[in-house]
Amino acid sequence: MPLSPQDWFDLFMHFAVLSLMGIGGAITTAPEMHRFLVDDKHWLTDESFSSCIALAQSAPGPNVLFVALMGWQVGINAGGGLNAGATAWWLGLLGVTLTMVGIMLPSSILTYKATKWAQVNRDLIAVQSFKSGMAPIVIGLLVSTGWLLSAAHRDFSQDWKLWLITAIASGLMLKTSIHLLWLVAAGGILGAAGLL
Amino acid sequence: MSSEAQALNHPRSKTELFVVFTFLALQGVGGVLAVVQHELVERRKWMTKAQFVEEWSVAQVMPGPNVVNLCLMIGGKYFGIAGALAAVCGLIGGPLVLVLGLAILFGGLADNPSAQGALKGMGAVSAGLVIATGLKLSTTLPKNPMGLWAALTFAVLSFAGVGIFRLPLAWVLLGLGSVACFLTYRALRHVPPKAESKSDREAP
Repeated sequence: MPLSPQDWFDLFMHFAVLSLMGIGGAITTAPEMHRFLVDDKHWLTDESFSSCIALAQSAPGPNVLFVALMGWQVGINAGGGLNAGATAWWLGLLGVTLTMVGIMLPSSILTYKATKWAQVNRDLIAVQSFKSGMAPIVIGLLVSTGWLLSAAHRDFSQDWKLWLITAIASGLMLKTSIHLLWLVAAGGILGAAGLL
Repeated sequence: MSSEAQALNHPRSKTELFVVFTFLALQGVGGVLAVVQHELVERRKWMTKAQFVEEWSVAQVMPGPNVVNLCLMIGGKYFGIAGALAAVCGLIGGPLVLVLGLAILFGGLADNPSAQGALKGMGAVSAGLVIATGLKLSTTLPKNPMGLWAALTFAVLSFAGVGIFRLPLAWVLLGLGSVACFLTYRALRHVPPKAESKSDREAP
């Protein structure tokens, strides 16, 4: 289904607005993206929406790349599918550019300005209180992020190996200076060999 | 500048920023934050743990993708807007090409059991790395102006709020965060200025 220039503009604006709404990360606005892309516009199927998130989570790089995959998929669909040739590929790249610039630009400008302001006013007690006051919160949140990642497995009899791997990786990072790449690679190899 | 600050390194050029962020982004499966902390604080020594927590607090509270915020703040600190761009392009560029390549090749993720297994294994490891990063950074809590016990309480509450009770992240961040900032403000107001916490500012 081809998209009009108005549609492309809407796509960009939707992500640009979500950029400023996603406190705690872009992934927190995923339900809103789902409503727009899948329910309202029918540009993506439910299945391809989920696979964008799953693929970005499992590939290297920041998680926000799930947005790029959504843009890619919208563009490819608009061009008639992957096999439709160069037009579809260019539309895919257009989708990637619009969604990624949309999700990153507004929040980046805001963050950059705020950081410069805080740098100039770093001696204000308010600025120092903000940075020191938020520190324990974000540390707690970090641990909970890791916790939620591993609590996604629930069945003890089957998943104890995954928890063990999580615990070992955590211990090795704390106690040794081993390069993290080795740990990730070891997890991948064990998993690929069907041991987990 | 204290001795601690003088021992820090810094990136020599925008190219170095770009290359460093490209490499660390490509190492981060299931999230990049653990790698950013490990690489910038422990291996390259561009910043102290306490500085990292401060930057991460701001990056987390600002809207938008957190790790992008963090990298643009770090790049911007050294080389202004051009540095911010270099860091973010490094962070996004390589992984973007890779992830689009995967999407084209597999049209999603292959149903291949060993690929699925590998992803499970890497996911379990990266969960461990994120937990370890949080625990490592918690060694900065004793220096918190609120005092160790208050800081620890806030850390545990925010862990429980999101990890156990599954509250939305933004609520915990803004709700607990504003109480913590207020208490810190009260604590700092009664301390004579310049007593501490100046050591972690970098040279221009």
